[in-house]
Amino acid sequence: MTLAQWTTAASNYAVRVDHLFWLLVVVSGLILLVVMALAVGFMIRYRSGAGAPRGELPEAFKHEVEIGWTAATLFLFLFIFWWAASTELSALSPPANALEIHVIAKQWMWRFQHPTGAREIDTLHVPANTPVRLVMTSEDVIHDLYLPALRLKQDILPDRYTYEWFTATKPGTYWLTCAEYCGTDHSRMAGKFVIMPAQDYARWTAAQPQGDDLAHEGAALFRTLGCSGCHTPGASVHAPDLHGVYGHLVHLADGRTVTADDAYLRDSILLPDKDIVAGFAPIMPSFQGVATEGDLVKLIAYLKSLGTGQAANGPTDQPARQPGARP
Amino acid sequence: MTEITLPFAPVEDTGAASYLDAGHTIASWLTTTDHKRIAILYALSITIFFFIGGAAIALVRLELIEPNGWFLTSDAYNRLFTLHGIIMVWFFLVPSIPATMGNFLLPLMIGARDVAFPRLNLLSWYLYVIGAAFTIYVLVAGGVDTGWTFYPPFSTNYSNGYVVAAATGVFVVGFSSIATGVNFIVTTHMLRAPGMTWFRLPLFAWSMYVVSLVMVLATPVLAMSLLLIVAERLFGLPVFDAAHGGDPILFQHIFWFYSHPAVYIMILPAMGVVSEVFACFSRRQVFGYAFMVYALLAIAVIGFMVWGHHMFVAGQSPLANLVFSFLSFIVAVPSAIKVFNWLATMYRGRISFEAPMLYALGFLGLFTIGGLTGLFLASVPIDVATTDSYFVVAHFHTIMVGGSVSAFMAGIHFWWPKVTGRLYSEFWAQFAAITMFLGFNVTFLPQFVMGWEGMPRRYHVYPDVFQVWHVISSGGAAILAVAYTLPLVYLGLSLVRGARAGDNPWHATGLEWQTSSPPPKENFRRVPRVEAGPYRYDAAGRPRPQGTPL
Repeated sequence: MTLAQWTTAASNYAVRVDHLFWLLVVVSGLILLVVMALAVGFMIRYRSGAGAPRGELPEAFKHEVEIGWTAATLFLFLFIFWWAASTELSALSPPANALEIHVIAKQWMWRFQHPTGAREIDTLHVPANTPVRLVMTSEDVIHDLYLPALRLKQDILPDRYTYEWFTATKPGTYWLTCAEYCGTDHSRMAGKFVIMPAQDYARWTAAQPQGDDLAHEGAALFRTLGCSGCHTPGASVHAPDLHGVYGHLVHLADGRTVTADDAYLRDSILLPDKDIVAGFAPIMPSFQGVATEGDLVKLIAYLKSLGTGQAANGPTDQPARQPGARP
Repeated sequence: MTEITLPFAPVEDTGAASYLDAGHTIASWLTTTDHKRIAILYALSITIFFFIGGAAIALVRLELIEPNGWFLTSDAYNRLFTLHGIIMVWFFLVPSIPATMGNFLLPLMIGARDVAFPRLNLLSWYLYVIGAAFTIYVLVAGGVDTGWTFYPPFSTNYSNGYVVAAATGVFVVGFSSIATGVNFIVTTHMLRAPGMTWFRLPLFAWSMYVVSLVMVLATPVLAMSLLLIVAERLFGLPVFDAAHGGDPILFQHIFWFYSHPAVYIMILPAMGVVSEVFACFSRRQVFGYAFMVYALLAIAVIGFMVWGHHMFVAGQSPLANLVFSFLSFIVAVPSAIKVFNWLATMYRGRISFEAPMLYALGFLGLFTIGGLTGLFLASVPIDVATTDSYFVVAHFHTIMVGGSVSAFMAGIHFWWPKVTGRLYSEFWAQFAAITMFLGFNVTFLPQFVMGWEGMPRRYHVYPDVFQVWHVISSGGAAILAVAYTLPLVYLGLSLVRGARAGDNPWHATGLEWQTSSPPPKENFRRVPRVEAGPYRYDAAGRPRPQGTPL
């Protein structure tokens, strides 16, 4: 292992973070130098017994000095805040076409699921120069996916989704590791983070011994878990049609309106009583303990494949292909 | 300085019996309501815990010399750093200056005979001891491995350590903080001597007043969060369990709503101590006294609004991150002003370098470094890159150990002659002060470097590229261990064969120096009348009388 696997800045964002860091090193280095120089200077010039002038300063002058350095400090800090905030805001939301990879963390390993259905443990392959969005959840305690080369960290919570996105630029093999203390083998919850040129990534996913892509596996689960028994137009049970539900506004029985994102769909499967859709009876059973984290990833991928925003015409078991999926 | 003579007659009759002579039995100590004796009880107990917490981290630093460890299991390692955190934060740093020097000096500084509620004061020490007993139990029973932060769901559903006992210990100690806080607030409001107006209070008294407000307002929130952890772990109340509609992030909000102000509970008293020391050893009024007071208040108020900067990667909204980032920059302004004012206090002074001043100068340098690296962490992108790494570890140790512990040592040395009536070996005290400063930097500067390079915190095994920094850091810790043990020796020896100090060996201003050393049980035979503000030194650096007998 080399230090470069930790410290290389492998995305444009990481380079910007480094710039901000070095700006802060220079600014705070200068401040520290001034404070030290003044302290040492006074210690020598005004040491007990030295013959330096010691008259009192006028009160008005003291007052002006106080206001002067308060204002100067404030403006300097506001400048740093502005620089830092603009770096943060430049990387706020991922492009809509980002490649979506699911991350499931558990004590003490990482599982990654690519949209093609490729799965890997403790190693994450991503294409370079392609926006990648990670959808992450944990099966037990709080973890944190730390990608040092991208200067990124994000906590991963049980029973919640958290997200992270990036566009890596520098192919190579780097580190990924857990940054949130998670128990006995926290320090061993590490792995490799591989950035590959896009065509290599496509070749790599094609070579993975996986059956089907996530959405297709989700479609199968949708039947085997019994979801399709109710959530099909014309079913005897009155349940919402799920075509085009992803990303759509949903009106709830209690008057609230929510967007049907990953977190909402997940809660609806595991905690169906939490957000009841207006006009429907709260009859859905919970799938807690039935659907695993991996199943949820697939089910949501399937729902997503049914289109976003626009309701489709009729029921179909054939999901639209995910971008990057194998033919 | 020794040739300067007091321009005024001592207020007290000489030869009065001191508080130490008010009873020599153990029972007389355990049932005392004298604030000075309670301060000593606290000082002894927190010293024991300081060395237990120190021993835990010494083992950790020893283990980290090898990237794959060499004598601890991962579970043992996790228990040791958790123990270190819990003990150092709640059983040493939080009570350190307020419960010892605050207890001893606040009544003396404002010209009172005791605190407002002497029995509550004793109760607060007993609460501390009860809380400590829980911690000792955890220690011998097999430890706890959650980290000092007790994050659920690890602490509630997964940890196999003694979480409930540890949380109960901290919960109980919290009430001791609250009792001390209430006592100090009422004391400052009600028991100031005639003429001791608010703006004639020494800055140390101000810092005790402000820190008491923070303790009283913040500590109940800690109690709440720990109670909920215990309820979830013991009874399955799923407040923080998302699988049942709870929220693990909620705990972090509640916890940091206490624990960020707790950082100020640890540093505000330190600021008070060094303000006294800088004034005395520069023979000069503290520059910008009023601004120093406003800065203390501003830090306390804004300090309540920045807790979210501990949670930039926890899954909080980007807007919340920006707001907390902004407020964190704002709270740094009054801290910077204080640094400038301490510097300006030295300007045109008559500076001498006795041990308390050396510790205070060490504080100044390290607090500046700690504050400046705080700006890094207030910037969201830098925090995302470095949070949960050694950069953060180095940052808060620079404030807590470099800052608070240096100031604690400065205060111990400054007021030692007042408390004991004895002088310690100046040479060994100066030697320890310099060793501590050097040891600190050797320990923690490497941690800044490896933190920025990516070394995560709370790691038992680590990539070998970071080994060189870990070895240097462990070497620094060994130097620190020597520096922390030395005062035990020379301060202990001074009790037996130290020279008599006289009432005011530093020729300092302040009411506490105008009574005898050690002070009589009732502090002042006659309550002094105060006619001027603090830190009045004349053109030759001599103290001007501050109080005259009523």
